[in-house]
Amino acid sequence: MTVVLSQLFTGISIGAVLLLIALGLSLTFGQMNVINMAHGELIMFGAYTVYVLQKVISGAGISLLVALPVAFVIAGLMGVLIEVLLIRRLYARPLDTLLVTWGVSLILQQAARDVFGAPNVQTRAPELLTGSIHLTDDLVVSSSRLFILVLALTAVGALSVVLKVSPLGRRIRAVVQNRDLASVSGLATGRVDRLTFFIGSGLAGIAGVALTLVGPIGPTMGTNIIVNAFLVVVVGGIGQLKGTVIVAFALGVVQSMVEYTTTVSVASVIVFLVIVAFLQWRPQGLFTLRTRSLA
Amino acid sequence: MTTLQDPPVTTTPPARKRGVPAVAIGFGLAAVALFGVAPAALGDFRLGLLAKYLCIAIVAAGIGLAWGRGGMLTLGQGVFFGLGGYAMAMHLKLTDAGPGQLPDFMQLYGQLNALPWWWRPFANPVFALAATVLLPMLVAALLGLLIFRRRVRGAYFAILSQALCAAMAIFLIGQQGTTGGTNGLTDIQGFFGYDLTDPVNRRMIYFIVAGALLAVLGLTWQLMRSRYGELLVAVRDGEERVRFLGYDPANVKLVAYVAAAGMAGLAGALFVPAVGIISPAMIGVVPSIEFVIGVAVGGRASLVGPALGAVAVAWAKTALSEKLPSAWTYFEGLLFILPILFLPGGLASLVTLLRRRRLSKKEAA
Amino acid sequence: MAAFATLTACGAKTSDSTSSSAAGATIDTSGSSVKVGLLNSLSGTMAISEVTVRDSLKLAIDEINAAGGVLGKQIEPVSEDGASDWPTFAEKSQKLISQDHVAAVFGCWTSASRKAVKPVFEKNKSLLFYPVQYEGLEQSPYIFYTGATTNQQIVPGLDYLKAQGKTSLYLVGSDYVFPRTANKIIKAYATANGMKVLGEDYAPLGSTEFSTIVNKVKASGASAVFNTLNGDSNVAFFKEYKSAGLTAAAMPVVSVSIAEEEVKSIGTQYLAGQLTAWNYYQTTPGAANEKFVKAYKAKYGADKPTSDPMEAAYTSVYLWKAMVEKAGSFDVEKVKAAAAAGGITYDAPEGKVTVDGPTQHIFKTARIGKIGTDGLITEVWNSGEPIKPDPYLKGYPWAAGLS
Repeated sequence: MTVVLSQLFTGISIGAVLLLIALGLSLTFGQMNVINMAHGELIMFGAYTVYVLQKVISGAGISLLVALPVAFVIAGLMGVLIEVLLIRRLYARPLDTLLVTWGVSLILQQAARDVFGAPNVQTRAPELLTGSIHLTDDLVVSSSRLFILVLALTAVGALSVVLKVSPLGRRIRAVVQNRDLASVSGLATGRVDRLTFFIGSGLAGIAGVALTLVGPIGPTMGTNIIVNAFLVVVVGGIGQLKGTVIVAFALGVVQSMVEYTTTVSVASVIVFLVIVAFLQWRPQGLFTLRTRSLA
Repeated sequence: MTTLQDPPVTTTPPARKRGVPAVAIGFGLAAVALFGVAPAALGDFRLGLLAKYLCIAIVAAGIGLAWGRGGMLTLGQGVFFGLGGYAMAMHLKLTDAGPGQLPDFMQLYGQLNALPWWWRPFANPVFALAATVLLPMLVAALLGLLIFRRRVRGAYFAILSQALCAAMAIFLIGQQGTTGGTNGLTDIQGFFGYDLTDPVNRRMIYFIVAGALLAVLGLTWQLMRSRYGELLVAVRDGEERVRFLGYDPANVKLVAYVAAAGMAGLAGALFVPAVGIISPAMIGVVPSIEFVIGVAVGGRASLVGPALGAVAVAWAKTALSEKLPSAWTYFEGLLFILPILFLPGGLASLVTLLRRRRLSKKEAA
Repeated sequence: MAAFATLTACGAKTSDSTSSSAAGATIDTSGSSVKVGLLNSLSGTMAISEVTVRDSLKLAIDEINAAGGVLGKQIEPVSEDGASDWPTFAEKSQKLISQDHVAAVFGCWTSASRKAVKPVFEKNKSLLFYPVQYEGLEQSPYIFYTGATTNQQIVPGLDYLKAQGKTSLYLVGSDYVFPRTANKIIKAYATANGMKVLGEDYAPLGSTEFSTIVNKVKASGASAVFNTLNGDSNVAFFKEYKSAGLTAAAMPVVSVSIAEEEVKSIGTQYLAGQLTAWNYYQTTPGAANEKFVKAYKAKYGADKPTSDPMEAAYTSVYLWKAMVEKAGSFDVEKVKAAAAAGGITYDAPEGKVTVDGPTQHIFKTARIGKIGTDGLITEVWNSGEPIKPDPYLKGYPWAAGLS
């Protein structure tokens, strides 16, 4: 029983990381239909932000807190730059965006290698976030994962408030549901796109900051995680925040349970099969945006 | 809701309008270039590399059919390439080992006493050769049935096919005792009785690959100009309309997808004697995306564009990485960005553009 | 198929005993310089490690050139990017041999890349110097191995754990040849020496999600962990290890792929007190090492540490020089004959190393180190004398069933 419970916690903590990575995508991919393969490199920007800040600010805890907003802005601006220079020209061709941003990701990786060196770099975590919290004698939750969970849920909360309540959110939803109608209604769709992209990319930056607590910080860190993040958004249903949240946790739990009983390589195949089976049942993802459009 | 399907690339001239003689001349020229000029002009090493590029061109021809004509961006061709490659490599490893013997890596890592059951049929050359093409087609058919029937398409399909690559690569790596793990199947010595270390035989492999490419292009041309080809384009441009006309788009797409998988399998099978290795590194997410880029550069919807683009991109990659070993990734990145941004129809559209310009000049004069 | 058969009428069949391809590689020695190939991943996941090896190869070449070169010729390095992709390694090694006519190639890191290029070097009869510790069970007439084989690293690591009274192990590794083979050896050793292996787990290369594996390790209650993870995965593993409340005091981890460079990228916060098994540390005493460390830092920056694979790469260039000079020729067969005759030694940073003629490996001293809070690794035990390389573990009765 303890094993099941502790794997459940592990699954939730894997899910929290997945969620944080996929959250930005649920905006740029989910809401705007832009497949940004350089999203992983925006995450990398966030992680390197922590590294650079720690050269200036010595306290590990403070530098991490400062890094959150700084990384949000840096990754966000980088995202907007990509949007303005490249993606804007390709809104009518989402699949081409995928290839173009893959090129961007190659360039950003090499740039990171040239600026920071090919080896991974080190950041310090505040002592508070390197230990664990004992719920019972056997049941342990690592504090860094707990931090990521809280961070992810906060981000989800903030994002859904923005989308539901704020004028910006209303505009985003209007553009997502019917771009042409929004445009003829006088909405500056270009500006809305850029703002959406800013927030989505900024969230990648925040994810990068959080990942420094659990993973490596190096030029290729983005590539390792990006495929799973896209899967989360696809299975969750495009344009649906709640789908992303539920699927991130579900995948985390499935992964941890299967992995505990088999091996990592078998687990990854089983997870893929589960996803294909799931899409048989719900081809448009867990939640779909109802629309009368034909396609 | 906007669709996640790319709109048609309008620069494709319908294949039917170009007369059969023109195509015949084109094939003739290609044959002369591949069988006459290239072997005469290139040394053994460069010709070997060209054989590798041509393998990639075969995959590209399939992607051109599925993506350019059918609108399915398949980021999972690495899987079919790998299936074909492994089927061929398994047979060659078994022949290298000799009858009744285990391949070298199995003794080293697997500590097996007997050949696993699923290796056994590959000792038969006919079975192995058939499997290189039919196995990928079978897998594609099963997967395609599941995916297309449920109308998963566009970006969903692309991401799903990408995840398939990742899963397959990780799975192969995990089975080290029977698949060679990360190493893959290496050190392949012979090809149906011919010694692969002999330069004469290696040239012969090149000719086989070149012949296969021409055959694949011929097949693609037939498919494209047939009634089916028109239907495929129609599905790409308006899936629902085709459905209302009484066709099942899922079946139409399935044929192109399965054909593309078969071509990728054939390419993988030829890659093995040409390069001497097949490993999970050729299956994962990265190579699968690299297969696609040549298609985009060359012109996804044209007949020879994908193949030419694939050869051009692969050649550029080799040349750049030889000249600038530590900075070539920048150029590779730009290779993804610039052509797609400024030449969406690929190099093939240049030809059409030029022709159109010439026509308008004539009219003006 | 019939056309194929007639076309290939002049090609050699596999059954032919005398293959017509035995020409061997030509080496270009016409100018005032001689080319050597440097084959390392400068992009992709393995760039993390392999770039430092390339840097240290270049250092050795610069030093040799400054001192007058080899046989009066300056060494001209030709660098190629293996791009962390095994077929690319094979392609680039063929290019170095047949286009650049190099005298020898230095490089490769992963076993997979070495396995991919091995037939290329054997076919062309050209030389590869491989600088990384590996899983043994290999011996190629055209490869010199300057990193440790298993009996110079893993077996001493196990001996050390046994001497420390550790009776049970948990094995964690990346999913590729080296960890799987190493763990096979470890299990055979454990059976023979009364130790228990409580579990083994493999993560795909580049995997960074270790919570489940660490849970399993923790639940096993093993007295030590033997870690053969490679690259990025180590960072995630050790961060998770500490998060789970596991410590070096209670359950030490012996790592065989964590050197100074990796310590720097993971952080002593997570690593202090953990053990490593290598043949060289930056702190290894001796004038040769002081000179090496000083030269490396002067060339690449004071904050750049030196590590075992870098040292083995650096040493490999000097060993090649010694062989060439003894042979009096760059010719591959003569160089090999000089090595086979014995007596090729070099005062390496790790101490004096000798090439073992028959195996083409080198004698190396095993060193167990402890990672300090300053990021350096200090030796806590060494084998006293250089250990004779035994890639097939023939001298160990418990390993009889392995190869």
